[in-house]
Amino acid sequence: MSTVLEARTGSPVRASRPRPRGGVRRETFAQWLFLAPAIVYVVVFFGYPVVKNLVMSFQEYTTKTFFTGEAPWVGLANYVEVVQSTFFGITVGNTLMFTLGSIVGQFVIGLLFALFFRKRFPLSGMLRSLLLLPWLLPVIASTSVWKWILDQDGGVLNQALGLVGIGPVPWLTSPDVALIAVVLVNVWLGIPFNVALLYGGLQNIPDELYEAGALDGATGWKAFWHITWPSLRPVVTVTLVLGVIYTLKVLDIILGLTGGGPANSTQTLATDSYFRSFREFDFGAGAAVSNILILFSLVFAVIYLRVNRKQVDE
Amino acid sequence: MNRNAAKRSTLITTGALASLSLALLTGCSAGGASSSSEDGDITLTLTDTLSETSAPVYQEVYDACAAEVGVTVEATHVAGSALIAKVLQQASSRTLPDVLMLDNPDVQQIAASGALSPLSDYGITGEGFPQGIIDAGSYEGDLYGIAPVVNSLGLIYNVDALAEAGVEVPETWDELRAAAAALTTDGRYGLALSAANSFEGTWQFLPFMWSNGGNEDDLTSPEVAEALAFLNDMVQDGSVSSSVVGWSQNDVNDQFIAGNAAMMVNGPWNLPKLTAAEGLNFDVVQIPVPTAGDTSIAPLGGETFTVPQTGDEAKMQAAGEFVKCLTEDEHQITMANGRGAVPAGESAGETIAADNALLAPFVGIVADARARTAILGEEWPEAATQIYTAEQLALTGRATPAEAFEQAAG
Repeated sequence: MSTVLEARTGSPVRASRPRPRGGVRRETFAQWLFLAPAIVYVVVFFGYPVVKNLVMSFQEYTTKTFFTGEAPWVGLANYVEVVQSTFFGITVGNTLMFTLGSIVGQFVIGLLFALFFRKRFPLSGMLRSLLLLPWLLPVIASTSVWKWILDQDGGVLNQALGLVGIGPVPWLTSPDVALIAVVLVNVWLGIPFNVALLYGGLQNIPDELYEAGALDGATGWKAFWHITWPSLRPVVTVTLVLGVIYTLKVLDIILGLTGGGPANSTQTLATDSYFRSFREFDFGAGAAVSNILILFSLVFAVIYLRVNRKQVDE
Repeated sequence: MNRNAAKRSTLITTGALASLSLALLTGCSAGGASSSSEDGDITLTLTDTLSETSAPVYQEVYDACAAEVGVTVEATHVAGSALIAKVLQQASSRTLPDVLMLDNPDVQQIAASGALSPLSDYGITGEGFPQGIIDAGSYEGDLYGIAPVVNSLGLIYNVDALAEAGVEVPETWDELRAAAAALTTDGRYGLALSAANSFEGTWQFLPFMWSNGGNEDDLTSPEVAEALAFLNDMVQDGSVSSSVVGWSQNDVNDQFIAGNAAMMVNGPWNLPKLTAAEGLNFDVVQIPVPTAGDTSIAPLGGETFTVPQTGDEAKMQAAGEFVKCLTEDEHQITMANGRGAVPAGESAGETIAADNALLAPFVGIVADARARTAILGEEWPEAATQIYTAEQLALTGRATPAEAFEQAAG
């Protein structure tokens, strides 16, 4: 408080003189002060973890480290260990398949729903809000339910398929289909996100465009291809890129459904990193895997930023 | 300019205050609940991993021991899966509780970090406890954790189902395989066990591996492969569901109670739930051995109590006395009956075997049980990961039992 008073009483005296150099410095100082909270936040909550994770991946970081603080520098040894392990290729392949499958499924179904709900009909509002349901449930709860649904012997899905003569599918117990099952659940979980974003995008397309298009004979499929899709493209890009980043790091769904099994068939970089850190207590190798994962995400983050900038420029 | 300057100064000050308060906020988080123990009234903090059902049983014992030692005990319950992460965080911020419950395979990891104090400092020697239990709580020759009650694995079978099919209780692998096949009917598997992609899968594989002479320090040995081949054969026979690769031990127990399996490999912690199941007539024997006359060696489970290095001598001493009290026979028996476990001490074990017929077989099993960390110590988690990975590879047909361990080691 005293500085405020001082500043008030002091200012008339100073006003008569030429502005001192200190004033400029004070102004810069003030600017930095305003920036400070944001900088502190970013450094503490984003910068520190990223740097720490990077440093950790070059160290032998074990349970001992937490008590003694000693973490010997091992250079690239963790990365070598991770990349050379028998299952690394499978893990990367699973991560890519999981992401690709989830994104394609979520996006296509999400877009169809969004287009469907563009038409107003009785109860459409209620149905649209029902679609958000997967978003409202805790992931652990919904994966437990999915685990029952997908159970090979007593699961509802297999019983239903049995009615139409399709033999019991070993959804979660065969390495050949487990990844598909996990992708299915993740698609279900991701549809609300896609519908919400795409529906919002569709709302922003002016009706006049369709009216004008209809006069020129563009209806139905033509209208979609020449009006809806081009107008929606910026939203589509954002939806896809954010979707990819969210999907790459999915952990809870896989842990809940299969725990990375059977026989590593649903092991992704995210689960691998988690297991190395919290099952084997090899935090260095776990950090190395998560850095590889971050590298994948980074590629898409850069795409996202570029697309965003382009939109702003336009 | 006057007014502007004044305004700017005010703004500057506000900005400064804002940053200052932020700094204060972030700086303050380190303070907390370390109360000194000089005034004689000692309050011990305790962290355990008890579930809602067993917490009240332990609380009874905590209260009795707190009164005996003359301290107050504040217990916090943490989910078992979240415990290690919490302990590591507490270890680095020097805020470990005065008494810490640790699952026995984790004791060596944490003891190796230097976060625990040797229990011999408090006169706890583990005398009267079987060697397996001492091994589980020891690191480099010192005892760091003591388990008042322990558990293991046995073969739990549906008495009615066996009688109906005219099947004798199996004692050897051949008998087990034959019994499982004979008990398999439409809608019911002969045997259920957990071969999950987790340490639960590893834990359930151990009785077969160890009883066959296999060891975790040589996973590519023929004895280990034979044990895996045996389980794989039963899956191939169709008398064990191929879903076992996804079943946790809870799932196995549910399958057994629902009548979807006539026998299961599981532990005594299921007894309260099994006893409560209506119309279920079950009994327990040791897990069958490769050939008649072999010793059935099951893994030893159970949570130990440890005294972390908190730096407060008086509190650590009190915590030591408290832990010693927890291991007294009468408290062992209270905990064992309350949550379905076996008293760790030999004399308490004999007492409980005499009046709890369902726990009695487990008392015998525990006497021969082996600690998972006995051979490899802190290297155990790596071997455990290889074991469940190999089991998954074999049971899903991705590798032969012999190849599976080679692949999993890579």
